[in-house]
This record gives sequence, structure tokens and C-alpha cells, in this order.
Amino acid sequence: MINTLNLELKDIPGQLEKALGGFSKHDANILSVVHHREDKTPRGTVPVEVKVDVGEVVIEKIIEDLRSRDVEIVKVGEENLSRSFMVILIGHVVHSDIRDTINKIDDTGLAEVKDLSLKMPGINKESTARLFIKADGESGVKKTINLIKDIAKEKELKVITEMDV
Amino acid sequence: MKIALLGFGTVGQKVAKILESRKNFYENKYGFSPEIVLVEDSNSQGYHTNGLNPKKLLERKEEKGDVGSGRKLDLNDVEFDVLVECTPTNLEDGEPGLSNILQSLELGRDVVTSNKGPLAIAWEELKQTSSKNDSILRYEATVGGAMPTINLAKDSLAGNKIKQIRGILNGTCNYILSRMRGGGLPYDHVLSEAQDLGIAEADPSYDVEGIDTALKIVILANSLLDFNVKYSDVDVTGITGITSEALDLANEENRVIKLIGKVNGDKLEVGPKMIPKNHPLAVKGTLNVASLKTDLAGEITITGKGAGASETASSIISDLISINRVRNFR
Ligand SMILES: NC(=O)c1ccc[n+]([C@@H]2O[C@H](COP(=O)([O-])OP(=O)(O)OC[C@H]3O[C@@H](n4cnc5c(N)ncnc54)[C@H](OP(=O)(O)O)[C@@H]3O)[C@@H](O)[C@H]2O)c1
Repeated sequence: MINTLNLELKDIPGQLEKALGGFSKHDANILSVVHHREDKTPRGTVPVEVKVDVGEVVIEKIIEDLRSRDVEIVKVGEENLSRSFMVILIGHVVHSDIRDTINKIDDTGLAEVKDLSLKMPGINKESTARLFIKADGESGVKKTINLIKDIAKEKELKVITEMDV
Repeated sequence: MKIALLGFGTVGQKVAKILESRKNFYENKYGFSPEIVLVEDSNSQGYHTNGLNPKKLLERKEEKGDVGSGRKLDLNDVEFDVLVECTPTNLEDGEPGLSNILQSLELGRDVVTSNKGPLAIAWEELKQTSSKNDSILRYEATVGGAMPTINLAKDSLAGNKIKQIRGILNGTCNYILSRMRGGGLPYDHVLSEAQDLGIAEADPSYDVEGIDTALKIVILANSLLDFNVKYSDVDVTGITGITSEALDLANEENRVIKLIGKVNGDKLEVGPKMIPKNHPLAVKGTLNVASLKTDLAGEITITGKGAGASETASSIISDLISINRVRNFR
């Protein structure tokens, strides 16, 4: 789950380190930190946006910790960016180890195969598979599709994606 | 307007036929009085300063298979105003179309063509030669047959920035995919049916491998988005190997599979894609469709017949009439 925390820090040295300490203590996977020095608030504090990938329980702990460190938390937003999309693969899908294909997608941690439909018209004939995949955000979708294209090239499969993904 | 007509096959003959049969209509409505002074096929030539008789030309082509005796004249030797270029598309070097068009532009003569090869191969050279010599180059017939794609974007949508182009630009592929879906039929069966109907060529690779669509995408990207790209810049996948099971699996999710050509950002792509059944691009049969995303006008989608003699001739004649408006030929 990706969370965005909007913080406001006092404009004195050491504040950012202090705030980030609240994240690292809980081994949170920090995806990005944007420090808006140029956009100081009327109160003279500096807005900072932190994106983290953590579970629900952990985010509560982080918030607690930040409060105890006297860090001003303006907003916490969960981004539900996960997108589902469909891909069709044609070729010797089964012989080229469909399980391995699925594992490779799941192993990225960016995406998960949620559903698989397979049509096999006959022995030695090419089969066709439809995969439903859930991925994290636009970039997760893009990376997953590129990965599938690479796998398809290696396994000599034809890929049909949706037009707008 | 004195016309030099190079290439007297399906398209060239149709142009000649319509110009003849609509002589009075064009004269009265547009003040457009074309005369074909030179005509050429692969091994013969016909020429008359005051215009050839199209009816006789068509009869002679039918009976003898030629349009005159031998080929002696070069474009340099002929008095003409506009070149109509309808020779076969050549992907290797664009010839003979490329030399014909360049020579004509260099002579300061305007050109109308249905031939994709030269445009896809030598866009920059053609563009520069035409602007240097103040000669007009029009090519509506190269993309989407009768569908007014290029002139729509250049004239009616002038002042917009075009952000994205997507379309189905090959009727043969669209026929095959539509039939496979409708009847649950295998690819090979539908392809041979299309060949019997004259929708697919004996060697269908130019269409089914996505080459034709890619050439059209190159022409659109260069002329409407000011790119400078070649065929080799397009990521091309064709429709060969698509199974009827793939169409079934897509259908279960209310999708159809179409061969889509696309210019998005700086990426040019041709490949089979799934689109919702009720999507504006989900046209059936041999129809073509193009959708232009613009910044002011939003998305504009047009559909129509992508090939055929009279459809292609329609685009050529509309280009000729546009040129006539600018030049006021007598
Ligand atoms: N047909 C369509 O629906 C359509 C649609 C859009 C664009 N186009 C394009 O329009 C062009 C013409 O198509 P088409 O269907 O009319 O083709 P076509 O029927 O094959 O006709 C080609 C003509 O060009 C002549 N030719 C061949 N080599 C020549 C040379 N070196 N010099 C002069 N003439 C030469 C041929 O001569 P012979 O008669 O002696 O063989 C024939 O008359 C092609 O570039 C095609 O891609 C066609």
C-alpha cells in the first residue's frame, strides 16, 4: 500500500533528519521525499511530501512516532493506484511453462496475476491464454507490460495488450 | 489544368474515367477543367498537348494492354501543370514514384499522389523540394483511402496541436479480424476467403504483417506532427498467428482485437490491441477509422472506406480541385 504523508517542518537545520528518523525506525520503504523549500507556508514552515510503501499497522506506528517527535502532520493519504489490465498470450503458452511466466510477473512485487483463462484447441496446436493482472500504478503497469513483452520474446509468444495501457 | 498521369492501373484508370464523365459538373461547379496530356504505364506512353481522349485511352488499355507506343518522353519535355502519381508502392527505394515526384516538384509543378512509398522513404527531401520550388504536394489518397484524414487535420483542424493519432488503417486486416470474431473462424480460412473476394492480395504479407499500416503511420506522424521518422522507427507487429481463441477470450470480456496504428508521444507503434466493443475505433469489415486527439477541438474520429478505386480517386480529385483553387488553372 502506498501512502503519502504531507508534513510541515520548522525551517531550522536537522528537521528533515528528525522526521525521516520516524520512518526508518519502522523499516518503512520510502519511495520519495519532496522538500518544497521554495513554497514556505505563511507560518514559515517548509512543506515536505513523503511517499512510503508500508502496511496499515506500520503507518499508524509511524504517525505516532512522528507526533512524539513534534513533527506536524498535515495529511495522510492512501493512494489506491492499483490498476487491473488484461493481456492475451498466443503460442506454446503451456509448453513454455505458464507457471514460470506467472511467477516472473508476481516476483516483481509490482504486479500480481489474478486470473488465468486458457484455451487449448489440440495437441501440438498453439494455445491462447488471457491473464488478468493487478499492478501498482501507471509505472507498475508499464514495467509489467515491458516484462511480459520480454518474456514473450524469449518464449516466442505473441502478445496482445489493451490499446490504452 | 494539364495533368500528367503516371500509373494507369486500378486507381489511375478510375481517375481518368471520373474526370471524363464529370467534365461538365466539375467545370460548372468548381471552374475545374482538367486535361490529361500525358499518361504512362509500365511500358508505354501516350501524349497530346491539347489533351488525350480518356475514353479511347481506357479502351486501348483494355484491348491492347498499353496506352501508346513506346516511352520516349521525359517529364522535362512535356508541358503540364500537375503530376498525378499512381505507380505501385515500392518500399525499397520508392521508385519510380520518388523520381517522378521529385522531378516534377523541381520543375515547379504541383503533385498529387496515392503512392505511399516515396512519402514514407523520403519525407524531408520531398518537403524541402516542394517548399524550395513553391510547388504543392498533396497526398490525401495515401492514408485511409476516401477518409479525409490529412486534409481534415491540415485545413479543418488548423490552429490545433495534434497530440495523438490512433487508427485502423488497413481494410484487409480489419476484414480478417472482423470475420474471425463473427464466425469463430480460423485465420487461414478467413485469409483465403479474403483473397477470393479480392480483399487480400495473393501475397498478403504487406497488409497482414502491418507494413502498410506502419507506412501510413509514418506519413501521418511526419505530415501532421512534424516528425522526421522512417518505417524503421515504427515498432511493428502484424496479425499473423492470431487465433480465433484469442478473439473469443477478448469477446468474453466485451473486447475486440484490432490492428491499431498509433502515434503517441514520440512512440510509433503498430500491433494487435484489445479495445472495448463499443469503442469508436471498433469498426467492422473493411472499414478504416482514425482518431485525432487535439488540444483545442478534443478528439475527432472519422471512419470510411480505406481503399478501392473510386474511394482513392475521390481523394485524388479532391486534392486536384484544392490545387486548382490556389492556382486558378484554365
Ligand atoms: N487500389 C487502391 O485501393 C489504393 C488505395 C490507396 C493507395 N493506392 C496506391 O496507389 C498506387 C496505384 O495503385 P493501383 O491499385 O492503381 O495499382 P495497379 O493497379 O497495380 O497500377 C499500377 C500502375 O502503375 C504502372 N506502372 C508500373 N511501373 C511503372 C513505371 N515504372 N512507370 C510508369 N507506370 C508504371 C502499371 O503499369 P501496367 O498497367 O503496365 O502494369 C499500372 O498501370 C499504389 O501506389 C497504391 O499503393 C491504391
